[in-house]
Amino acid sequence: MRPRPDRLGPEISAKPSVMAPGLTYASVSDQLSSLVLERPASRGWMIGFGIGLVLVMVLLYAVTYLFTTGVGIWGIAMPVAWGFAITNFVWWIGIGHAGTLISAILLLMRLHWRTSIARFAEAMTVFAVANAALFPLLHLGRPWRFYYILPYPNVMGLWPQFRSPLVWDFFAVMTYFTVSLIFWYTGMVPDLATVRDRAKGRFSRIVYGFLASGWRGSTIHWRRYETVYWLLALLATPLVVSVHSIVSLDFAVAIVPGWHTTIFPPYFVAGAIFSGLAMVLVLTIPLRKYYGLDNLITKMHLDNMAKLMLVTGLIVTYAYAQDAFMGWYSGNPFERYENLNRAFGPYAAVYWATLVCNVLSPLPLWFKRVRQNIPALMVISILVLVGMWLERFMIIVVSLHRDYLPSAWGMFSPTIWDWAVLWGVIGLFIVYFFLFIRYLPMISMAETRRLIHDLQPTGEER
Amino acid sequence: MKDPAVGRSGTPAKDEASLFGVMAEFDTAERILQAARRVHEDGYRHVDAFTPFPVEGLAEVIGFTREWLPSIALMGGVLGGIGGFVMQYYAAVIGSPLNVGGRPLNSWPSFVPITFELTVLGAALSAVLGMLALNWLPRPYHPVFNVPRFALASRDRFFLLIRADDPHFDRERTWQRLLELGASDLFEVEP
Repeated sequence: MRPRPDRLGPEISAKPSVMAPGLTYASVSDQLSSLVLERPASRGWMIGFGIGLVLVMVLLYAVTYLFTTGVGIWGIAMPVAWGFAITNFVWWIGIGHAGTLISAILLLMRLHWRTSIARFAEAMTVFAVANAALFPLLHLGRPWRFYYILPYPNVMGLWPQFRSPLVWDFFAVMTYFTVSLIFWYTGMVPDLATVRDRAKGRFSRIVYGFLASGWRGSTIHWRRYETVYWLLALLATPLVVSVHSIVSLDFAVAIVPGWHTTIFPPYFVAGAIFSGLAMVLVLTIPLRKYYGLDNLITKMHLDNMAKLMLVTGLIVTYAYAQDAFMGWYSGNPFERYENLNRAFGPYAAVYWATLVCNVLSPLPLWFKRVRQNIPALMVISILVLVGMWLERFMIIVVSLHRDYLPSAWGMFSPTIWDWAVLWGVIGLFIVYFFLFIRYLPMISMAETRRLIHDLQPTGEER
Repeated sequence: MKDPAVGRSGTPAKDEASLFGVMAEFDTAERILQAARRVHEDGYRHVDAFTPFPVEGLAEVIGFTREWLPSIALMGGVLGGIGGFVMQYYAAVIGSPLNVGGRPLNSWPSFVPITFELTVLGAALSAVLGMLALNWLPRPYHPVFNVPRFALASRDRFFLLIRADDPHFDRERTWQRLLELGASDLFEVEP
């Protein structure tokens, strides 16, 4: 074997922690494709899927009522015209960012521990962005006219206002969704071929054969495939930064106190990756337990993700501090009042809960003992997800409810329909994800085989 | 850049008319790399290898030279970017000009985000579609699937194929040569 200075050398393979010892090409392929083909429709899967399905029914009911009646069924009213729907939109799209970070940025940095978690992190991205894209539609009031935002020649002679961040947002989210989807699918094609070749039933052979689009592992194809995968990672990387930056401009371009700051783009991006990593952990921990994947997803993966979560959490903490400092230092009475109102106004509980969840709860991750403790990781991740949702709520609702003129102040309180849509879309995510883990290979087999090859000691043959 | 397998319009020798090629199975990536190098040195050019994961350097060994995809992605990105900007310029300056306090109609800084997004979209889509086109995928039928053992190419085995339309191809000699190179098994591939 030729020496490869830029690849995983023997000094890295001396660390066995990226996967359990003794895995072979065959064992990995069989283990992962049998999860798809042999259909262990366990009771746990049925229960989880059932919960998701019930929540989707709630969503369908709530959305039907919404479309027949109007957005007045929600708690939104001037001055708080943006309520749960926009909070959920920002929250979900942020969650997607960690998947792209793991699949694209860690690939470019040649960090081989991404291999075991990249596939379902990408799936999480696709589903989270699909969920996020629902909310502007639901919030539109007349969703059947959403296509007005598409630029196309029409008899009314109308064009979208391209100077508006809301239109930028549409293009950013659609590009992000499309690129994430093709990145996910491209990565999956060789694995679908593996599943096709293992499949026994006629139906599954046709379906996976169709999805694998005739992939046969030709080395020339692999060569182009690798180039394209690399290119997609390069192209997805700026999207990690740009999409949530553009989302933050929806706020920062407005003059509402608490929104109109230049720190918003990096602040939003850090928060996005922070919440996304929490979601990846929430998904990883049960997956590795119930599907026996602890030979591929080791404690090293959990440890590394916890470290990334800690780092992004500290960036978020810095942003909170900077936000409060600028409120005071600007000398602008409205900005100062806005900060005081956050901490001591009618929504003070949201502010303090955000700080506890996002600033305090990740701090134990400094200690290796906590990072290796799976229940603790799960609790912290859930707290972070809740905290990030509260942060979005705080930015949107608490800023809007008291701006310049006290005569225009108001309050927002969510109705049952707000809650129904929030939980219903979480149910939709559960349904997507449960279908994914049952019908598609959730860890990349081709990349794992390659990793096994690269990790084996130089010169020795398997 | 055509898939050589598709353009096989040459007239194979009579006794090889019913043969697509000879396929050899190998156990490891290192062995197939070695064998592919030898076969290329022997002068075989209509060669392909099938592996369960990308084996570094194997494509170059059997004669892969030109990398088109980065150029295709660049062209897609440039087209997406120019198209995105022109679309916004047309809408804001020609299609429906809106005079807001005498501000310039071509307010290009606010066109940057969408131009950027469409650049990325154009590059990503053209990279993936370009890869599929160059690889002639999707392609439901291919003669290599006629070998039952070939199902292992997506699991743990490595296959080297010498096609019958290769000028050097000779049923007996090629078979013998592959055996010498350490093939663990050999198959005739029907078209």
